[in-house]
Amino acid sequence: MTTEPRRTFLYDQQKALGARCINFGGWDMPVQFTSIIDEHQAVRTTCGVFDISHMGEVFVSGPRAFDWLQHILANDLAKCPVGAGQYTFLLNERGGVIDDLIVYRMADDNFLLLVNAAKIDEDVAWLLKHASDGVTVDNRSDTMSALAVQGPEAARIFREVFQTEMPARNTFIAMEKCRGAVIAAGTGYTGENGFELFFANSLAGDIWAAILKAGAKPCGLGARDTLRLEMCYPLNGSDLSPDRTPLEAGLGIFVALDKPDFIGRAALLSQKESGLPTKLVALRMTEKSPPPRAHYPVLFDGRPVGETTSGVLSPSLGEGIAMAYLPPALAKPGQAVHIDIRGRHFAAVVEKKPFYRPSSARPA
Amino acid sequence: MNVPDDLKYAESHEWIRVDGDTGIVGITDHAQNELTDIVYVDPPKVGASVTAGQPAAVVESVKAASDIYAPVDGEVIEVNDALGSEPALVNTAPYENGWLFKVRLANPSQLDALKSPDEYRAQIS
Repeated sequence: MTTEPRRTFLYDQQKALGARCINFGGWDMPVQFTSIIDEHQAVRTTCGVFDISHMGEVFVSGPRAFDWLQHILANDLAKCPVGAGQYTFLLNERGGVIDDLIVYRMADDNFLLLVNAAKIDEDVAWLLKHASDGVTVDNRSDTMSALAVQGPEAARIFREVFQTEMPARNTFIAMEKCRGAVIAAGTGYTGENGFELFFANSLAGDIWAAILKAGAKPCGLGARDTLRLEMCYPLNGSDLSPDRTPLEAGLGIFVALDKPDFIGRAALLSQKESGLPTKLVALRMTEKSPPPRAHYPVLFDGRPVGETTSGVLSPSLGEGIAMAYLPPALAKPGQAVHIDIRGRHFAAVVEKKPFYRPSSARPA
Repeated sequence: MNVPDDLKYAESHEWIRVDGDTGIVGITDHAQNELTDIVYVDPPKVGASVTAGQPAAVVESVKAASDIYAPVDGEVIEVNDALGSEPALVNTAPYENGWLFKVRLANPSQLDALKSPDEYRAQIS
């Protein structure tokens, strides 16, 4: 195990722009450039660009790749045609989340799995543990870089940089000769219109510079976190864990229980049968309070009933927002609870997800 | 970064402006710049005893909650109520309207252990 944090191919350019870095999933990543609030607002009103090269790219191919992934992944790949992407899960036998990821179908028998940085090694080990004839697992995370460009102006920036139209939501295009081989996908983690790019490390500097020149503001992981939490998008390791199922996380629509079989299915069916032990809810502070953060106790009638998994002061709403696993009886919009912040109890309410509806988002 | 000449500094980035047996405490320009976007300040209670080197207040930026340490022992005699509605004063005026609390010094000789402006400048350079 190496303990020295890794750096993406854009580290030097980002430091030159004033990036302040933190260790995230073993990577030395920009948390902010100028200000998390400014970067957040840029994505909500114009456009921001995030270096997401720390994320993992794992290709799965071969004549049995489809059947094999249908068994490994929880969502139904039959509903993901070539040229589309699909949000899905790698589950353990207990139905708990090893990782949440997007699978892009490059060809009938070739798939790109975009996985979380901190989980690359664990995911690949899990895939190899279930290795099968007719399936090749090729982890290209070390040789690929990635960018996310998000915000109302993303479509214009895409046209300017690539001289073609931005791919529609949850689809992608593979561009062979435009600034090199680039996969461009209409996906993102902010709720805004936008795209994500995957390409060889050698192209990183050129593409980053072109996107900045077209007007995107460099953004760090701090804004990425506030943006995704306003949308109630889960962060694995915080809101998802090997001990919680996607059903508890409220993400059942991304789990195809009607598939013949997949790892974790039996556990999910049994959980559905017996009732969910907890549900992941959205919480909004209803009185002035310090910003909620992860691991604060949630109280009902003065008794602890759960703890926050993520929390932040929402830059868009100007209010504290959080998520927490609560007993199903309390997991109803309008339910009043309290959050314990440094020993003081502040009023909060269970909200319908998401907290924020972006103006630029296209229908999925 | 601005490091005024008339203040004493703690290694943990607080400043104190001494006037007789009282001192006004805040965080430095360097500290506010590192934290950025201060959105909430939890001050100590008036009448509370604070201890040099121990947490006395919490300043929260968008990304994190940070303990603020008392530079000296003493009793809190006033807190900056303006920060309740305008915490960003810590960003915009860290040495003036963004001060955190006022303390009655229990042991003025502790001031000698704090850093001079030059020593603090050297620390953050």
